[in-house]
Amino acid sequence: MTPLVEMRNISIAFGGVQAVDDVSIDLHAGEVVGLLGHNGAGKSTLIKILSGAYKADSGEILIDGKRVEINSPRDARAHNIETIHQTLALADNLPAPANLFLGRELRTMFGFLDDSRMESETRKIMARLNPNFKKVAEPVSALSGGQRQSVAIARAVYFNARILIMDEPTAALGVHETKMVADLIMELKAQGLGIFLISHDTREMMSLCDRVSVMKNGQLVGTERVEDVSEDDILSMIILGKKAPEAV
Amino acid sequence: MSTTDTEKDAGTRARRRARLTDTLEIDTRLLGMIGAFVAVLVVFNILTDGRFLTPRNIFNLTIQTVSVAIMATGMVFVIVTRHIDLSVGALLATCSAVMAMMQTAWLPQYLGLPLGHPMIPWLAILAGIIAGGLIGAFQGWLTGYMMIPAFIVTLGGLLVWRNTGWYLTTGQTIGPLDPTFQMFGGINGTLGAFWSWVVGIAGTLAALAVLWNSRRDKQRHGFMVKPIWAEVALGAIIAVAILGFIAILNAYQVPEGRLRREFEARGEVMPEGYTEAYGLPISVLLLIVVAVVMTVIARKTRLGRYIFATGGNPQAAELSGINTRLLTVKVFTIMGVLCAISALVASARLTNHSNDIGTLDELRVIAAAVIGGTALAGGIGTIYGAILGALIMQSLQSGMAMVGVDAPLQNIVVGSVLVLAVLIDIIYRHRTGKG
Repeated sequence: MTPLVEMRNISIAFGGVQAVDDVSIDLHAGEVVGLLGHNGAGKSTLIKILSGAYKADSGEILIDGKRVEINSPRDARAHNIETIHQTLALADNLPAPANLFLGRELRTMFGFLDDSRMESETRKIMARLNPNFKKVAEPVSALSGGQRQSVAIARAVYFNARILIMDEPTAALGVHETKMVADLIMELKAQGLGIFLISHDTREMMSLCDRVSVMKNGQLVGTERVEDVSEDDILSMIILGKKAPEAV
Repeated sequence: MSTTDTEKDAGTRARRRARLTDTLEIDTRLLGMIGAFVAVLVVFNILTDGRFLTPRNIFNLTIQTVSVAIMATGMVFVIVTRHIDLSVGALLATCSAVMAMMQTAWLPQYLGLPLGHPMIPWLAILAGIIAGGLIGAFQGWLTGYMMIPAFIVTLGGLLVWRNTGWYLTTGQTIGPLDPTFQMFGGINGTLGAFWSWVVGIAGTLAALAVLWNSRRDKQRHGFMVKPIWAEVALGAIIAVAILGFIAILNAYQVPEGRLRREFEARGEVMPEGYTEAYGLPISVLLLIVVAVVMTVIARKTRLGRYIFATGGNPQAAELSGINTRLLTVKVFTIMGVLCAISALVASARLTNHSNDIGTLDELRVIAAAVIGGTALAGGIGTIYGAILGALIMQSLQSGMAMVGVDAPLQNIVVGSVLVLAVLIDIIYRHRTGKG
């Protein structure tokens, strides 16, 4: 089966630092692939190349087996790639609907913003994702971490993402909210989305992902199916940068 | 026992008040600003034994505010996107020089249009607006694409454009300006009683239509709407404010001597008991149009949404596919065009162009925007706030001049008020957790 996304031999350098060095990963529909590694291992950089924030120095990206050019966040969105960034990327001064539709506003036939329709669409999707969500009219700065996260997720889900990139989606969340995000990931996966998940939490990754790819110093250490390895194997890959002997 | 009772009383009263403003959906900040404005007006009116709030002085106050207020609306966008523009006063001078030279020298000399030709004022205005737009766009490009901080670009611009204006006119004062051109200045171009009422009534109906439409729109989507009495109250307040303002301006009569001279100039004799009102100045109408257009841009267009989003979180805006560099160019272009419109009003009011026109306006404009609640950290600001800010500043200045406060003390007060206004705003935002 053709993978949904393939990133082949991707490299990028900033100044003299080789942030990503000849890395290849792939993702199938209905699959969750986790990216693990220390801070500065190159996970976020690799994923930002897919979401259009950076442009790779070399390598290619294939979607449904076809080579594509992704030069900007707009290009990525055009290929139904949606990203939930580590920093959430919300404009704090604007309410949820303005954030959800940022860059893709609904407009009236005169070309003006259709705030009522955007608000009502936001209410609909939030009712599905997070029924507790009530503060539709307030700036998102007034929301809790979990509510902000659900706005970020709603933004990705609303526009029929096929490929979802989640960079540390649970980093700022409490136990209950983390559970909510985990449930959501499983639901989206069941709907056939392909999800790249970045996290530091190895245990969480073992439970959510189908496969994990481990990076160190910009290079890919290896990709494993979670049922084939133990948490310790993954940890040694992260720390030592090589596969544990028993996993080989 | 009694203390807890009073506390409870105060508590319920506060809640009731909160509910009232909530029901009316009035911004409490706006209410505070209007309160401050009214307080300034009332205090000066008492200090001047009622001379401050005469139709004549209110008329003067409004036409004196227009130039700064127009630029302040543009400054809101600039500051909301986390930039600053220190060059607006200088840019005003260059635009004013371009308009003055166009009508007195360039058009007559190079295009052969005789002085007094009906096209002259309009071509001059057009040239000024194009000059303002281009200079603004250039400064925006330096800021957005060349990544030079706006503070530096416009600090340089302050010197460059102030003296470009000087070069264009070789330092001379240019005047008198074209009579049609002068109509945009204030006292020399007013609508008179009848047309002022027409504009006032049309404005009132338009405002009520907007209220009604937004209610219907909300109902259509099944959102909560205000109780009907609240809508009616709000509509009544708006109608009284607009029509009251027109009534005051219409109460300002053209002096008899001036009327008699006008009749004599036409070779007629003024009928006994003839009176005429000034009514709404064209410059004020221009400000209202600018305010409406800028508010629509801010609230109802993608451009406005992107301006606020970029101010709130530039990274988020970029990741959402917004071209923040081009946005910077657009914002500074709007600022430049508004400087040109202000140049029109300012030079028309003075009936000539002089080199020092608009000096220190950059500070007045920034102060007006900031007093009006625009946050220098970006992302927050309103057009009506900036205009109210300009009005408050001008009232303070005129009021103190009228009372006879020493000139240095006037500036000390204005400066202190600026800092105090920001302090109050910070405390307010902190308390309400907004912004």
